[in-house]
Amino acid sequence: MSDLLGLNAVAAREALDKKAISAVELTTAYLGAAEATAGLNNYVALTADHALAMAAESDKRIAAGAAGLLEGLPIGVKDLFCTKGISSTACSNILKGFVPPYESTVTANLWAAGGVMLGKLNCDEFAMGSGNENSAFGPAVNPWQGKDKVDLVPGGSSGGSASAVAARSALLATGTDTGGSIRQPAAFCGVVGLKPTYGRCSRWGIVAFASSLDQAGPFTRTVADNALIMTAMASHDAKDSTSTQTPLQDLIGAVGDGVKGMKIGVPKEYGMDGMDSEVVTLWEQGQAWLRDAGAELIDVSLPHTKYALPAYYIIAPAEASSNLARYDGVRYGMRVDAETLDGMYEATRAAGFGEEVQRRIMIGTYVLSAGYYDAYYLKAQKVRRLIKGDFDEAFQTVDALLTPATPSAAFPVGRKIDDPVTNFLNDVFTVPANLAGLPGIAVPGGVTSDGLPLGLQVLGRPFDEASLYRVAGVLEQAAGFKMTPARMAGGAA
Amino acid sequence: MSDLVTGRTGDWEVVIGLEVHAQVSSNAKLFSGASASFGSAPNENVSLVDAAMPGMLPVINRECVYQAIRTGLGLKAQINLTSVFDRKNYFYADLPQGYQISQFKDPIVGEGSLRIVMADGSTRDIGIERLHLEQDAGKSMHDQHPTKSYIDLNRTGVALMEIVSRPDMRSAAEAAAYVRKLRSILRYLGTCDGNMEEGSLRADVNVSVRRPNGPLGTRTETKNLNSLRFIQAAIDYEVARQIEIIEDGGAIDQETRLFDTGTGTTRTMRSKEDAHDYRYFPDPDLLPMIVTQDEVDALASALPELPDDIRDRLMGEYGLSAYDASVITEERDTARYYEAASDGRDRKLVANWMTVELFGALNKSGKSLENCPISPEKLGELVGLISDGTISGRIAKDVFADMFETGKGAAAIVDEKGLKQVSDSGAIETLIDQVLAANQDKVEDYRGGKDKLFGFFVGQVMKESGGQANPSMVNQILRSKLDGA
Amino acid sequence: MSVDKTTVAKIARLARINVPDDRLEPLATELNGILNWIAELDEVNTDNVEPLASVTGHALPMRNDVVTDGNRLDDVLSNVPEGASGFFVVPKVVE
Ligand SMILES: [Mg+2]
Ligand SMILES: [Zn+2]
Repeated sequence: MSDLLGLNAVAAREALDKKAISAVELTTAYLGAAEATAGLNNYVALTADHALAMAAESDKRIAAGAAGLLEGLPIGVKDLFCTKGISSTACSNILKGFVPPYESTVTANLWAAGGVMLGKLNCDEFAMGSGNENSAFGPAVNPWQGKDKVDLVPGGSSGGSASAVAARSALLATGTDTGGSIRQPAAFCGVVGLKPTYGRCSRWGIVAFASSLDQAGPFTRTVADNALIMTAMASHDAKDSTSTQTPLQDLIGAVGDGVKGMKIGVPKEYGMDGMDSEVVTLWEQGQAWLRDAGAELIDVSLPHTKYALPAYYIIAPAEASSNLARYDGVRYGMRVDAETLDGMYEATRAAGFGEEVQRRIMIGTYVLSAGYYDAYYLKAQKVRRLIKGDFDEAFQTVDALLTPATPSAAFPVGRKIDDPVTNFLNDVFTVPANLAGLPGIAVPGGVTSDGLPLGLQVLGRPFDEASLYRVAGVLEQAAGFKMTPARMAGGAA
Repeated sequence: MSDLVTGRTGDWEVVIGLEVHAQVSSNAKLFSGASASFGSAPNENVSLVDAAMPGMLPVINRECVYQAIRTGLGLKAQINLTSVFDRKNYFYADLPQGYQISQFKDPIVGEGSLRIVMADGSTRDIGIERLHLEQDAGKSMHDQHPTKSYIDLNRTGVALMEIVSRPDMRSAAEAAAYVRKLRSILRYLGTCDGNMEEGSLRADVNVSVRRPNGPLGTRTETKNLNSLRFIQAAIDYEVARQIEIIEDGGAIDQETRLFDTGTGTTRTMRSKEDAHDYRYFPDPDLLPMIVTQDEVDALASALPELPDDIRDRLMGEYGLSAYDASVITEERDTARYYEAASDGRDRKLVANWMTVELFGALNKSGKSLENCPISPEKLGELVGLISDGTISGRIAKDVFADMFETGKGAAAIVDEKGLKQVSDSGAIETLIDQVLAANQDKVEDYRGGKDKLFGFFVGQVMKESGGQANPSMVNQILRSKLDGA
Repeated sequence: MSVDKTTVAKIARLARINVPDDRLEPLATELNGILNWIAELDEVNTDNVEPLASVTGHALPMRNDVVTDGNRLDDVLSNVPEGASGFFVVPKVVE
């Protein structure tokens, strides 16, 4: 088999089972691809020996007829997941050198299903950002380029994951999504990214950003690949009190089920002023594709949509300010010595946290502080209920919602923006689903006139990922999107 | 009864409220599977959750929740079927998460009350404001190194019940009675071992003074007192300090204070200005906690009889004094001992023997009821011998001492030593005749009106009998011989 | 509501992050920018709306009272910046 990197995950599984390829071969090809595209800076640690050893075990299990769901498939892991014996830093200086003596539940599930770990992927520090520019390891780069050949961000915070899957330096990758950190980079990089329902994947062993919003999910090249890895990632976990016991649907089977008879909502509030006209065009195109495939398109209203972003920027920093208090230089990670305990805390946290993380800790601390709690935090939680209520009402009528994934295509690395709020606007379409705990998937729908990918987003009812895969499967087929990033390993297909 | 304190400028009323931290009796910690036991090697009982490793999450221990509910029921308090865990955010070396998981707005237990009994037998009901569950912190050791502190996280995450009283107490004695009673209830319920020395039970004391029936004064909070003696000393010191300041024209600062066990004084720990801003908010790692009424009912029906109920029974059915009943019911073991010892015996007499002789002997010998040489049945047997006239109360004291020493039964000792009381009227009559004959002059005096000499004759007869004559028979026969002749 | 230098210093202290004096002013400006934008929420009528803290429908799961963890000093101390005889070590704390 010459084009190992050209196989999607479903195809690779078939080839492995038929013994047309070996897991070691496949893994070797991906390790090579990761080396070849090192300039994208999407890996922060490549664990080659570990990967090859796991692949060899996979080959044994395949030979023994005991292959798991993901047997032999090379997977990159966002550095937010704690991986036993392997440096796990959340791309923060404050955790540099931290080697967890434990494995996150999600990654443990992947390895139990036969997945092969390639290494740790770049992300925004503590998952805070929309461009992967806030990483202690430097920015990850999008393998796609516009006509001016300027380096573009892969999106964030799971930028390394999206970049690696798009660049074919990982067949599959994990990410986490707190306000869009899977769906937005998936859209920017032209890959499929799912944020499952809150509670579907265990949060145990994942460095926490905002606990009530964080959810792990997969990046893949295709919708079918996504359903495959998702089936292995999800589990009920007694170690996570917010983990669901709702049984997982047949996701793999749902992909090809089509949308005939489904009611798809089009929320009018997602048509925002100043939105890229190409984004609007793609959104309309997506509606047409679904109508053509037999779905009924229904206009719906989610009136509180515009308040999701400001509510999010209260709730997420508030939770983060508390979640990040444990990085204090006492038990692990960086310590800057000082005479007093408080001096040590202050010096360590000033040196260990990057600018954006510090800014969010400050906001979070402020909105929770005495005298401001009601005006900010409590107000945001009330708005959160209204936003969820909007969705609950819409889902009385429709089975899923179709929206753009992002207001624009990927932007250049290092783009100077003085106003942090402008950066926050990247998450405008993705944040509401996090506040409501709903599943959302981003699927590539087309490219801009400059040749950059744009994505569509499908949102669904809680624990109804199957409907997302049905809709996403149809969109994928209709779009016929070709993955041709300029800086893809193995050259353009 | 007045608890007013007299100052230079008039009387002061003391207002006291207590926050008691009671360690929940459980095998494992509140939110982790590490052991909650005391006395292990440093950081031995620590899980990755307790050490707040990245990505670790809390999962609540059902038994700790049930223990809190049992305690709430024991305090006749409202059980909240829905309660919420909040994060209390602050930085400290022995607080790995940078926050304590506690309950702020919606505690598991709401209002209740607790009855205290004072030394004179009078009772008062003290209001309970709330009880909530929270995590204990670790331990910092400051004396191991000249410039470093050493941190042990063994206690980190152990379940605590914080029990908050209303400011209903008016004296140090009431505060001590409150803690003693609370400890008693916790121990009856088995929800906290009440071991104050090991820190299983410690109190924060809020004290203020005001003119009788005047508006409330500014209070201070003295933290972490782990003995009844310290609680009373801290209150006494605070009351005197506050009265002096106010009478000198000053004002009390609302502040947190520390008690110095060496000097018996309190000093400022931190003032209101640099008080923590805890930034409480609902812990997003935990969901609202729901318990069902069925669960609460099941816990209620399995509760043991509590000291107040037993005390009422002891006073009502057995006729014990308020004081004896309180002393006997303070500890579950004592109450059980009493029930067993007094079964089928003179209940009041057994109570007397327990509170005076038995407790006295235990105290003197440094023994506890657990390793008491006299079983409840044997104490009952001794009292039985008194009741049926086999021995006198005087002799019984000697028998008791022997029993305490040797662990032998009362009847066996009486037999062995021939201490059986003489109740043979003929023998007693002979003795009386001898005594009267030997004291003819005094008989004359008695009959001439010196009534008080009766006691002298009784004493002589008892002495001649070696203490074994039945005193009531001696009385009766003497009287008929002296008065009736 | 507007954040000034003093407030920034207070928040930084609460968050235990050392912020140099010359950063207080620019940080105040940034935070005000964000807070002014957040103030959009004031438009929303939230009378009689219950705050929503968690979206999962289920109640808090509870575990049994069994010791399942601990006795793993090596794991607990494996990443410690400074330790001694089984303890974590920090600069001396004065109470
Ligand atoms: Mg207190
Ligand atoms: Zn407390």
